[in-house]
Amino acid sequence: MAKKYEKPKMVPVPSHSIIPERDIDKSPILECQHLGIDFGGLRAVDDFNLTIGRTEIAGLIGPNGAGKTTVFNLLTKVYQPTRGTIMLDGIDTAGKTTAQINRMGIARTFQNIRLFTNLSVEDNVKIGLHNQEPYSMLTGIFRLPKYWRQERAAHERALELLSIFDMQDMADAKAGSLPYGAQRRLEIVRALATNPSLMLLDEPAAGMNPSETAELMDNIIKIRDTFRIAIMLIEHDMNLVMGVCEGICVLNFGQIIAKGTAEEIQSNPAVIEAYLGKKKGA
Amino acid sequence: MKKLSANRRRFINNCVTYGMVIAAFIVMQVLNGAGMLSPSLQGQLVPICAYITMAISLNIVVGVSGELSLGHAGFMSVGAFSGIIASLSMQEMIPFAPLRLAVAMVIGAACAGVAGVIIGVPVLRLRGDYLAIVTLAFGEIIRNIVNILYVGIDVNGLHFSIKNEAALNLAEGGMSILKGPMGVTTNVKIATFTAGFILVLIAITVALNLINSRSGRAIMALRDNRIAAESVGINATKYKLMAFVTSAVLAGAAGALYAMNYVSLAGKKFDFNTSILILVYVVLGGLGNIRGSIIAAALLYILPEMLRSMYEYRMLIYAVVLILIMIATNNPRMKAIFARILPHKKEGGDENG
Repeated sequence: MAKKYEKPKMVPVPSHSIIPERDIDKSPILECQHLGIDFGGLRAVDDFNLTIGRTEIAGLIGPNGAGKTTVFNLLTKVYQPTRGTIMLDGIDTAGKTTAQINRMGIARTFQNIRLFTNLSVEDNVKIGLHNQEPYSMLTGIFRLPKYWRQERAAHERALELLSIFDMQDMADAKAGSLPYGAQRRLEIVRALATNPSLMLLDEPAAGMNPSETAELMDNIIKIRDTFRIAIMLIEHDMNLVMGVCEGICVLNFGQIIAKGTAEEIQSNPAVIEAYLGKKKGA
Repeated sequence: MKKLSANRRRFINNCVTYGMVIAAFIVMQVLNGAGMLSPSLQGQLVPICAYITMAISLNIVVGVSGELSLGHAGFMSVGAFSGIIASLSMQEMIPFAPLRLAVAMVIGAACAGVAGVIIGVPVLRLRGDYLAIVTLAFGEIIRNIVNILYVGIDVNGLHFSIKNEAALNLAEGGMSILKGPMGVTTNVKIATFTAGFILVLIAITVALNLINSRSGRAIMALRDNRIAAESVGINATKYKLMAFVTSAVLAGAAGALYAMNYVSLAGKKFDFNTSILILVYVVLGGLGNIRGSIIAAALLYILPEMLRSMYEYRMLIYAVVLILIMIATNNPRMKAIFARILPHKKEGGDENG
């Protein structure tokens, strides 16, 4: 295992959030204000306020059905929010589509893996590079010099990204035929290929064994350090969350019940109640 | 044996596809030159090329883009009649027939492409069954428009009417080209097998180059998982439309070629049955499999000609074949039998071949 990871000191910022100290003089990458969505009469998410620093690893936890994935879907505009604003790098994302949000800098993975299962591993990453190595459709059909140049660049970049997870040898395999853990890793590589400034990971360690999870923790930190991006993750594995996340946000019934560092969250009575229930007679 | 890289395998696969088509063309040319082809088969050479192109073009929509289109004959119709109009009106301007054919095919392709955009923009907002139903309706709309359209030409240019021939108000020496339900009756046959062969090669090149490019990957990504594709920044509408219009352009060129092989042609030729016929070629050849489409189109087009005596039952045979294929591809026991017959057949569909 790699050396113990030293978490930075967290400091409060004006919008009642905390971000790592190293990000304090920079504007936050993500700022949600009073974000909310209703499904019919159900307030799935309400008054969600969160700030994420430029190089922060943030965790979003909560019991099942708390609305964690809904928050991700709001951030990536799979759902349009009913209320509130999302500022990405200081720009309001109102009215943008999922594809536009990705081009603005949010990439994500999915809880139920969504790979392009019929295509090869390399093609999956190349699809992630879609907006990074662009050329027009006619350039592709007529095989102009730019096609060969960009394809070679995409090929090299894809292998380089795959090598983060030591997956370059699997480049030719069909994505659907990979083992479960490798599929999760491929999703992260594909998200990274879009050159994001904020990456959302939805249960990245689901279905992984403890050694795979430990490796994933190292890789999450490695990715943050190499690419200098912010990462926000949903996870039920508390070892992972407490191990890598600098700021943690706890969601229950669509509302934030606690925000803070790992130590603060662990001792927060509201969080303990949400997870374990109220003490009898209390 | 050394394991081949995916790119290398893809390259070899594509070479096999091109080689197969070129070999078939040479064989046919030799047989034709030696006078060994029956007149009926000789007459089928150009339509076979047109239908192969249709199958490739529909495969781009159904196989690569994953949207079921039931109105593909409509684009063929647009290409056919705009091609005829272009060809007949430029008879004096371009006396050299092959060049006129090429121009007619380009115009047919362009008109079908425009039709593809007009239809694609509203239709591609729909998904699945709804999209299929609406494309079916559009195919019928195009057929009915051609059915009531009168087009004539005189010294002043083209005249259009939807009433009757007299309403065209043609000047002295004018010629009516398209006569409503009667269709075209005075076309000049200029299509050649060589032109058909070139069109098929172009269609294969467009299809394979599209599949193995950034745009093709985006289209396939949308087919495999739309939400994931959008999450990596792919504009769904743009790429769905791109596949649809590319397909329409190829269908238009094929329609123009097909039309130039007949002296008379009516709009009712391009009806729902024709759309289904092309869909059968694509399904039989394998979704997303370009080589399969070519083989299926060629075989299924020649088959009824070979079984002339059973011609009336052609549609029945197609229906039975389609059902059998569906059973075969979804039934484990049938799959096992097929696997025994074709032991070298690779598992899963081949994306590019």
